[in-house]
Amino acid sequence: MADTEQPEAPVELQSRNVIYCGVCTLPPEYCEYGGTVKKCQEWLEKHQPAMYERIWSPEALEAAASSLSIDAQKRAAKDAQKKAAKAEAAEQKQATKLATSVVTIKRIERNKKKFVTAVIGLEAFGLDLKKVAKDFGKKFATGSSVTKLPSGGEEIVVQGDVSDELEEFILEKYKDVPEDNIELVDDKKKK
Amino acid sequence: MFKKDLPTAPKQKLKSSVQRSLRNSLLATYPLLTPYIDEIMPKKGSLESMKLPDRNTLYVLDSVPLFYQQDGSDLLPHLKLVHRFPQAFPSIRIDRGAIRFVLSGATLMAPGLTSKGGRLPVDGAKPLEEGKEMEQGIVEDGRWSRELAKGEPVVIMAEGKEEACAVGILVAGTDEVKAKGKGPVVEDAHFLGDGLWYLNA
Repeated sequence: MADTEQPEAPVELQSRNVIYCGVCTLPPEYCEYGGTVKKCQEWLEKHQPAMYERIWSPEALEAAASSLSIDAQKRAAKDAQKKAAKAEAAEQKQATKLATSVVTIKRIERNKKKFVTAVIGLEAFGLDLKKVAKDFGKKFATGSSVTKLPSGGEEIVVQGDVSDELEEFILEKYKDVPEDNIELVDDKKKK
Repeated sequence: MFKKDLPTAPKQKLKSSVQRSLRNSLLATYPLLTPYIDEIMPKKGSLESMKLPDRNTLYVLDSVPLFYQQDGSDLLPHLKLVHRFPQAFPSIRIDRGAIRFVLSGATLMAPGLTSKGGRLPVDGAKPLEEGKEMEQGIVEDGRWSRELAKGEPVVIMAEGKEEACAVGILVAGTDEVKAKGKGPVVEDAHFLGDGLWYLNA
């Protein structure tokens, strides 16, 4: 007979599960200090309506405002505005940077018939060069490494001439990189 | 301390003996964590450490940051851990006006605590007594039951908010703050939205 009397092991999860904002990652009650208040509010309303109601309802806001002097409120509002403007500017800057940064794929001649392919500029798209290099190596079954450039910065060097396939692979795998921003260069050894 | 974004550093696995001693020093600093220690640091879990700038070390368990430590000083909890176990850390509370300064990395000053919205430990509370480590906690209205001494780690809550907003080390004892009512209280805190908060462990 199965022992039904056996006390169930109390699986007590004692930690609290805290919800974090999907936009600024802070606890939602601190979103107002994050600089992306509008987006945070939208996110919260969509994903955690109960919490949204609690934090952004008119009564809650009023209670919050009443505890500050008018002067302090004004300053806080000004501060928040400044922060929001800053966040927006940063975002825009990021966007233009993405639009203007170029990925260069360079075919370098090693020894008459032997080539290596160097990829410069992928880091501008927020990619982890080490991981990308690993992926390249896997895809082409060749050596692929991250090397430091003498001018500072880093590039990925893939063994063998894979420049055309590499372009296709980048476009297919990393959708953030626009096709027009990829440049193919042939680097012949002088003399 | 972590106003700037932090670079991600490689993680190193810790030896189990190091893990054990870490666990002990953790319990020594935060006796109230004792009931939860197995949940925070399962005996089998593999703890990793990550070196951060300014001689800080961050301890990470399964990509969840737990604690950080500067150069052999006390272990300080990461805010995500504080959010999970808020009752286990001594806390003080700041008024609403001070939140935005703390969240931009300013030193916490005494007026933010002594004003109406702030909460310091109960008046007339005693300092920590030997053997009574477990008998402390929040008594009324967000006030801690004992005075906190200089150099103790403290969690900073905020008026009208449920979650903690910063963690730091007191540079002035709470009795001193009450008496003087001015000057810095917590310097170089780890606050919501700083580099450590955004760090991908």
